[in-house]
Amino acid sequence: MDSKYYIVLLALVVIITILPLSLYSGLGEDEGFFGGADGAAGEAVEETGYEPWFSSLWEPPSGEIESLLFAVQAAIGAIIIGYVLGYYQGQAKSRRRELEEHEKIAESSK
Amino acid sequence: MEGFLPWYWCVFWFVLSLPVVAYGVIQIKKVTEKHPESKPLLAVSGAFVFILSSLKLPSVTGSCSHPTGTGLGAVLFGPAIASVLGAIVLVFQAILLAHGGLTTLGANIFSMGIVGPVIAWLVYKGVKKAGMSSLLGVFLAASLADLMTYVTTAIQLSLAFPIPTFTAAFSNFIWIFAITQIPLAIAEGLLTVVIFDYIMKLRPDILENLNVIIPKVKEKVQAVV
Repeated sequence: MDSKYYIVLLALVVIITILPLSLYSGLGEDEGFFGGADGAAGEAVEETGYEPWFSSLWEPPSGEIESLLFAVQAAIGAIIIGYVLGYYQGQAKSRRRELEEHEKIAESSK
Repeated sequence: MEGFLPWYWCVFWFVLSLPVVAYGVIQIKKVTEKHPESKPLLAVSGAFVFILSSLKLPSVTGSCSHPTGTGLGAVLFGPAIASVLGAIVLVFQAILLAHGGLTTLGANIFSMGIVGPVIAWLVYKGVKKAGMSSLLGVFLAASLADLMTYVTTAIQLSLAFPIPTFTAAFSNFIWIFAITQIPLAIAEGLLTVVIFDYIMKLRPDILENLNVIIPKVKEKVQAVV
């Protein structure tokens, strides 16, 4: 696949993400929108009369801290992927360069 | 969802999941000994799960959920190794983010780390066997793994809370989880295709060693045969 199609695929991902935001634009958590699906499932379970018997050992004390930790999680992943793929990209480039030089030498020695 | 499953269900899912994770650890040792050049890709697969499972995305149902990212690891290294990657992320989120939970860890490893990757692996192998493109295989594998993870969660909750009946509970939970997940699953499929294609461009040799793709030369030979 030509790398120009990457842009198309990534744009599709962005559209998929933005579509719901524009669909329910102006509505927020207070109206019951954009909460977590697991939260909704938790409520459905509690409606049956069940009470959770164990709560988390530690909880992020605020939404800010929670988003900090989620950002750290994503950053760890992004650093690793960027490092490895960047390294591979450099390798591929130097391989190509070596090959070209070999060809040049082969031609000039004819 | 800490504490949201009765204790016997917690035990049940742990008993099912732990052997698979243990087997995955052995598999990681084997594959990194046999193909040490595949270690960076193992890190990339784990990192991909880290990123995707941290992104809580909005969906057309008006609620948010996150993709799983386990499809890539499953296609590259098989479902057992992907389950180890999934388990690492689930432990991270359960301890630091109060997301998922330690009591429900077994159930979550089963849905995200086992069912998802097994589906991904089967779908990818099936598409390859049918002679279709590996990119289509990766797209379907990653999307369906994502979707089936949440279908499994819905089944797990309906089994634990079949109120009034299993079917009624299931239709409720499937609506909450799976419908929300459909657009996210498509997004995950697209992202996985991009990173897989990029890896295939840079290091096709590793993918050939791992038997993920067939070398071009062999492909021709097979076509002739």
